[in-house]
Amino acid sequence: MTTSDEDLAYAAASGDGQAFASLLDRHYDRLFAYCFRMTGQRSEAEDLTQDICAALPAKLASYQRRAKVTTWLYRVAMNAAHDRRRKQATYAKASDGWGDWENARTAVIHETAEQIDWLTQAMAQLAPDLRDTLALVLDDMTHAAAAEVMGVSEGTISWRISEAKKALKAIKEKEDAQ
Amino acid sequence: MNDDLDDLKAMMTTPKPDAQKRAADLALAQKNFDNIQGSTDQPRPTPATGLNGLWTGVTTMLSTFTSKGGLTATTALVACGFLFLTPTGQDMWLETKVTPTAPDADIVAVPEVDMPADIVDPIDPMPEAAMSNEVQKLAEVTADDDANTRRVLVPIAPETADVEMMMDMPQEAPAPPVVLRRAPIPNAANTANGVALGAIAQNMEIAPAEVNTESFANADSNPLKVTAEEPVSTFSIDVDTASYSIVRNSIMRGQLPPAETVRIEEMINYFPYDYAAPEAGGDPFQPTVSVMPTPWNPDTQLVHIALQGELPIVDERPALNLVFLIDTSGSMSDVSKLPLLKQSFLLMLDQLRPEDEVAIVEYAGSAGQVLAPTPASERTKIRNALNGLGAGGSTNGQGGLEQAYAVAESMSSDGEVSRVLLATDGDFNVGLSDPNGLEKFIADKRDTGTFLSVLGFGRGNLNDQTMQTLAQNGNGTAAYIDTLSEAQKVLVDQLTGALFPIASDVKVQVEFDPTQIAEYRLIGYETRALNREDFNNDAVDAGDLGAGHTVTALYEVTPVGSPARMTDPLRYGAAQAAVERDELGFLKLRYKEPGTDVSQLIETPILRDSTASTEAQFAASIAGFGQILRGDSYLGSWSMGDAIALATESKGADSFGYRAEAIQLMRLAESLGRN
Repeated sequence: MTTSDEDLAYAAASGDGQAFASLLDRHYDRLFAYCFRMTGQRSEAEDLTQDICAALPAKLASYQRRAKVTTWLYRVAMNAAHDRRRKQATYAKASDGWGDWENARTAVIHETAEQIDWLTQAMAQLAPDLRDTLALVLDDMTHAAAAEVMGVSEGTISWRISEAKKALKAIKEKEDAQ
Repeated sequence: MNDDLDDLKAMMTTPKPDAQKRAADLALAQKNFDNIQGSTDQPRPTPATGLNGLWTGVTTMLSTFTSKGGLTATTALVACGFLFLTPTGQDMWLETKVTPTAPDADIVAVPEVDMPADIVDPIDPMPEAAMSNEVQKLAEVTADDDANTRRVLVPIAPETADVEMMMDMPQEAPAPPVVLRRAPIPNAANTANGVALGAIAQNMEIAPAEVNTESFANADSNPLKVTAEEPVSTFSIDVDTASYSIVRNSIMRGQLPPAETVRIEEMINYFPYDYAAPEAGGDPFQPTVSVMPTPWNPDTQLVHIALQGELPIVDERPALNLVFLIDTSGSMSDVSKLPLLKQSFLLMLDQLRPEDEVAIVEYAGSAGQVLAPTPASERTKIRNALNGLGAGGSTNGQGGLEQAYAVAESMSSDGEVSRVLLATDGDFNVGLSDPNGLEKFIADKRDTGTFLSVLGFGRGNLNDQTMQTLAQNGNGTAAYIDTLSEAQKVLVDQLTGALFPIASDVKVQVEFDPTQIAEYRLIGYETRALNREDFNNDAVDAGDLGAGHTVTALYEVTPVGSPARMTDPLRYGAAQAAVERDELGFLKLRYKEPGTDVSQLIETPILRDSTASTEAQFAASIAGFGQILRGDSYLGSWSMGDAIALATESKGADSFGYRAEAIQLMRLAESLGRN
């Protein structure tokens, strides 16, 4: 008999450290997988997961009992990812020169080490909106659940998914042509 | 639904998170979680209502208004006045209004906030604002803002209170642009300045966690004394155990305890020892003195002084009047506080006899009697009263104590023992303006025959110092309860000892012979030191010994001629006879029979060649453990590993498992110390 996620989160929000520990332990792998899908790089995913873990205790206050914990957690993760991208954009502008070269170099090292599959690579080329939506749906979320996480309508999710498929197909065709 | 995707997905590999990284992330999250605790406690509303409530509110406000806050408020008022009422000031803000990009509100608030150093929060706390309805969000965030700022009105966080002052002040001022100043906060989330301000809103919530309101009673370690200069050492016994529980609680949470929480004598006295029991009809306790080699220094010796209190036949104990004085302030709502307290008292209830009486007084903002004196046989009634307690409100400790003593006095009749059992997290934030006044109040009540014991619960704002002061003056014990098994030890296994004193004002005085002992050092008892003349002064209060209690004290002594001697002998000092004698020193003890005013004297010599029991060895290992935790400099290269070995060797029967637990703690502390 295990305690539900929602009960754990509620207990954690009211100060129960053990509840928080077991909640995070339960969801850590899933969180990491989602971060990986959103970023497409192991090192990036690790950093992002760490950011989320660090900030999660402060976020607990925003957890509403009626929401599913996974929905809430995905939303926190997604916001963190957006935020990270925004910061990176600023950073990239600031360090245009050798930084790019260095980033590309480390990225190559990581990719060869990881043997990243085609989908992950292709996803990295999608627009952030589409990529995040796809990451959610690939995580066995229904369109309705993904809509709740992203705060958009279900129709928007379906549209984004079809757009993402189109874009993936285009990437595939382009690669085949080469 | 996404059939063509499924093929791709099947090929998709998601790497497993690195185990080490995972553990580190979880630990980081837990650390931040712990840091935040305390600040996410509900604000403490004052429960009183009506006219009375208004009055209480005003007094609370005045009494919690710190001078720092007052200064900031008045400074801010003057600044605002300058800004809006003088022509120069108006020019200043008109100027900023002309350039709309100027981050006006931010400039005011930013420098006021201390960013908490160990909260790692690299995430912009406001991203939600970006994704949902801006207008609705705007209202929400403003509301959140209000909740946060109200929360930090707790007097312990002057810095954050300043921020509130700064942010609220413009709202009260009449000029129109002011409303705009407050409103742009959420809107600005996309700009860099907005991010900074968002971070402030976030940190305002976190900041109180930085304020550690725990305070601990302690003093510097007893220094080395030169026998020729100061041959006499005097101290009061101490049967408290709170320090050990606090140390255990810290280690169990994965942190080495702060040095000031470690009181070595309380750690040593936590354990029951199998010392020689006093003979029936003689003194109520029996001293045992032995001398043994110091485990951490081959050139010095340990003088081990043990007192064993008699165990009166339990069936003959007098009837007991107990007043549970229970802190039900908002800070007690934590699981390790009020719920544990209820369970602990229920455990104890089963130990009481039908003729004993129990009353319950709770105190929060105001004190109130929850249960009138009730015979212990009416279990259900007491149980229900206990279970009906809920936490909320501020803490009026003094009012509660006064009422509890009044109830206890109404209960007492001849030959009965009355005791107030105060259960608290030690957070007396209302009504205790003068600790000395409270001390005196308790001391007066002690003389009328009502004693006070203090049980501490929970961490975060444990005011160990207040607890110690109260218990020492109330002739009671202070214990810290962190687990149900600790409650079992204090309230069930050692109930008789905790509640029935067999000897009052027990003082210890040791005189060392300067021709034999060059230097000595008392280990622990820093907070219990007495003046030399206090020993014979019966008016000076000291610790009480409960039924069956044991008390252990250790001196590390350096014999004359030992290479371990730290001070050089005086060239012009009196010529000393180098004859080796059997007697190293002389032990004197004074105590009073409970309820009497005249003390009795027990004397015994400290002899060189007395054999040390395994009990003494174990006490020495705990003393070593405590000194390592305190970071004392006398141990040389002696390590935690040596303490573990010594403790394991001298564990003895250990029928309750306390010593095994201590060894486990040492091992944990050893690993923690390596990190």
